Amino acid sequence: MFSVDLIFEAVLFGILLGCFYAAVSLGLSVAFGLLDVPYVAHPALLILGSYFTYALCQTGIDPILCGLLLMPVFYLIGIAFYRFYYETFEKRSTDTGVRGLAFFFGMAFIIEVCLILVFGVDQRTVSASYIGSSLEIGDYRLPYRMLVAFVIALSLTFVMTIYFSKTFNGRAIKAVGQDEGALRLMGANPVKIKQLAFGIATAVNGLAGAMLIIVGPVEPAMDRIYIGRTFCVVVLAGLGSMSGTLVAGLVLGIAESIVMMTLGPSWAPAVSFGLLLLMLGARPQGLFGR
Amino acid sequence: MDKMRRKVIGAGGAGLLASSLPSGMAFAQGAPVKIGMSMPLTGGLGAGGQAALIGLRLWVDDINAKGGLLGRKVELLVFDDQSNGANTPGIYTKLIDVDKVDLLIAPYGTNPTAPIIPMVKERGLLLMGNFSFQVNAKVQHDMWFNNAPWGDAKSWSEGFLELGKRAGAKSVAIFAAEGEFQQNLANGARELIKTSGLTVAYDQNYPGNNTDFSSIIRAVRASKAEAVFVACYPNESVAIMRSVNEIGLGPQVQVFGGGMVGLGFGPVMHGLGSLLNGVLNFNSYVPGMKYPGIEDFLKRYSERALEAKVDRLGYYLPPYNYAIGQMIEQAVNATKSLDHKRLADYLRKNEMKTIVGPINFDKNGERAKPALIQAQFRNIKDNDWDQFKTPGKQVVVWPTAEKQGDVITPFDKARKAT
Amino acid sequence: MTSMKYAAYSSLLLLGLLTLSIMSGVNEYFFFAGFVVLQFVVLATAWNILGGYAGYVNFGVPAFIAVGAYTAVVLFKSISAPLLVQIVGGGILAGALGLGVGLLTLKLRGIFFSIATVAVVFILETLVNNWRYVGGATGLQLTRPADLWFFDSYVRMLFFVMAVLAVFSVTVARYVQDSFLGRGLRAVRDSEEAAECSGVPTLKIKLIACTISGALMGIAGAPMPMYLSYIEPLSTFNLSYSIYALGMPIIGGTSHWIGPVIGALLLATLQQIVTVTVSNELNVLIVGVLLVLFVVIAPEGILGLVKKWKQSSK
Repeated sequence: MFSVDLIFEAVLFGILLGCFYAAVSLGLSVAFGLLDVPYVAHPALLILGSYFTYALCQTGIDPILCGLLLMPVFYLIGIAFYRFYYETFEKRSTDTGVRGLAFFFGMAFIIEVCLILVFGVDQRTVSASYIGSSLEIGDYRLPYRMLVAFVIALSLTFVMTIYFSKTFNGRAIKAVGQDEGALRLMGANPVKIKQLAFGIATAVNGLAGAMLIIVGPVEPAMDRIYIGRTFCVVVLAGLGSMSGTLVAGLVLGIAESIVMMTLGPSWAPAVSFGLLLLMLGARPQGLFGR
Repeated sequence: MDKMRRKVIGAGGAGLLASSLPSGMAFAQGAPVKIGMSMPLTGGLGAGGQAALIGLRLWVDDINAKGGLLGRKVELLVFDDQSNGANTPGIYTKLIDVDKVDLLIAPYGTNPTAPIIPMVKERGLLLMGNFSFQVNAKVQHDMWFNNAPWGDAKSWSEGFLELGKRAGAKSVAIFAAEGEFQQNLANGARELIKTSGLTVAYDQNYPGNNTDFSSIIRAVRASKAEAVFVACYPNESVAIMRSVNEIGLGPQVQVFGGGMVGLGFGPVMHGLGSLLNGVLNFNSYVPGMKYPGIEDFLKRYSERALEAKVDRLGYYLPPYNYAIGQMIEQAVNATKSLDHKRLADYLRKNEMKTIVGPINFDKNGERAKPALIQAQFRNIKDNDWDQFKTPGKQVVVWPTAEKQGDVITPFDKARKAT
Repeated sequence: MTSMKYAAYSSLLLLGLLTLSIMSGVNEYFFFAGFVVLQFVVLATAWNILGGYAGYVNFGVPAFIAVGAYTAVVLFKSISAPLLVQIVGGGILAGALGLGVGLLTLKLRGIFFSIATVAVVFILETLVNNWRYVGGATGLQLTRPADLWFFDSYVRMLFFVMAVLAVFSVTVARYVQDSFLGRGLRAVRDSEEAAECSGVPTLKIKLIACTISGALMGIAGAPMPMYLSYIEPLSTFNLSYSIYALGMPIIGGTSHWIGPVIGALLLATLQQIVTVTVSNELNVLIVGVLLVLFVVIAPEGILGLVKKWKQSSK
């Protein structure tokens, strides 16, 4: 019923989509996977990044450049968030579970509503030379916007993996999640390290937001579906695994693409959440988790 | 309290609120006649709703300049429903019970209107419909009068399918969003396809907030369908045209379009520009059609719209919204009352004269004689507002009575035609 | 307060609300808005049984509301079931969902349970979107039955029904709080490991709490199709319900059953006023901001503030 051609094109599209999902989830992989912070506001910050990109783009700057410009801003936002979270919840460690979750959930909604109040509920897009046309390879058409996102996503994952394995701070971040005491003995301040990690996670999120609005239109309520996609990738990968994030993203991207082609787009939202539930029930430590 | 309750959000809100009243106008004693409604001013239908509202406000100004209704000043209470049907029951309950309005107009569009039909039926209230489609089919409220150029589903898709057949199409691909309007339209088309001898090569529904149509366009291309019928709302129309441009449909497609809402909105036409070429789509009015008084109206509308930074062309909705006002005016003046039953009776039995021609209603409250046209976009350039004002950019190809030219097929050829 | 006093107060309250519903001078809109306020009392109370007492944050409130609502639709459409049957049916199925979700995820850490509850919302929404019988993504228009009992309008009747449901849920919450179940849940919240070690059957009581919580949310959702004469998935599965249902108890105070009631009454009433005068977005913003404020500054909620104020004035 479905030609091989069609399936192949869907898989290709799924690979591009999957890398994009991986990049979007990288920040959460660090914040939640490594640092154990219940960072449900992550997708909301992603959308915030998209809207900032949109606003900057109105001045004529290319969207990718906007994303890069946003990174330092988001880095600071991330540090502020973590500092606040640490002072208010982690330090006192009373009832952190409910309160931490409620805090981030509340922040997610506040961000969403502020976006609606400022920008309205309408969809927003950006335009660039590479948005709107495709690469033609024989009978296949691969939209340039997806290719651009794919390249950025791969580079980002590559840079992050190198950072976490080769630099002192990067390795410290990986260590702080496993054994804070040992890290302290090595002369690193765990709180500062966690702060740095959170800052990086949020900065990456800012760039991912730019990618999101390049790939398609955004509206304020999109953070809700991305809760599913990002947490699905992180859980699928297994907490603490960076490279696993890429694989998990690919799995999700291809699965969604195939479902969209066979069952139709109405079933697409269920893919990420369904995979998530499946992993939680069957193998909570994920594919590569510790 | 009154000052705070009026809430009209949207770009150019100030312009929308502006209602110039000639000074020294005297009204007879008595409270104003309050007409209440919600209007999608933001959200998917927002661009259309904002334009429609200006059309209505023009009527309010005109009627007040003539002395109002029954000697009383007319006041329009409008709330933004954000194109979201979930908001309308609350808004209309408030209008009825708290604001105590005298008359009700439905929001623009099927999806915001559908939820309030059972409510107005239960309370026995007259509701003037505004471009909704088959929204009263199940509930069968007898005081519903839908103002729109179409009648039933057949009147809409039969033109499109007929043109496709004449061009040699044997198979149809159809895709539609899962909203009330889109599904009503698509189901009507599906039935017509069955009886017309065409085959269905591809049939897909998608969620209303879908933004990526690559998988659907790809599948349509692979199905080798020769006619492609689409039933969608404005956001989707834009995304679909972009996707068609990105992915391509293949050389076998003769006609594409049919039921894409939003391609009649000025800002959408301007934004898509050359991407529109070749699309064969429904419409209510395009320049060149002869309706008495409409050109004058459009000029006045354009001035207001430019001020409010809203669709300056205003072809699709504003004239019809002005017509709603005209119908209310005629019914109230003829029956000399605001009683809903008497007004409904009058509307059912009489022909109304409006700037979009004469209007009669059938027993379901829908238009008795459809005035829908199918027009093909041709020779559209990017970034040009004024090009749309001259005939020849949206060429009416059906029905014969309004024909301005023949449809160009196949779709690829029409895209490049001048 | 003693059971006798509680029974007396709640009966008096119900009697008062009943009188209000039959009185003729009251504006219809009061009942329309009052229904929503009472609905939030049920939702806040229900959420608190698992969230406040046990510390497991349920983000998937709309899933349970929707199960209640759509069960009611199916019962109404298929066998023209009366309102009470719809409500009971909705409650049972929502409770079953609670049990299912619990079995799947209550063995995991808190945040996984919360994320799983969000997943349930979207999965169920997708299923409903593709289910023609209940209208799918398009929605379904419904005609209310003519049966009004002795009330003047359907909305007045629904208002009183919701009042009864509110008192019912608070009674259930009070019972849970004062019983062995409540003590066990508090032990779980304070330290799950310690509770396990002292022999508390933690999984079992978490499951019971989850089931009860779900069922109550289901009965809050069941009257909605009749209330609106319309049902569609987008608004029924709206995630905003979660922020309200968890914000109200946290702001009111999670340790006692009166907390969610206070939070719901205050916030929902404020919401209804804001909706009439300003805008819808502001509702979410108000609840969100208050939630964050309270979680940071006053984690015990209004109850906690009252306690502190009482202590300091001694």
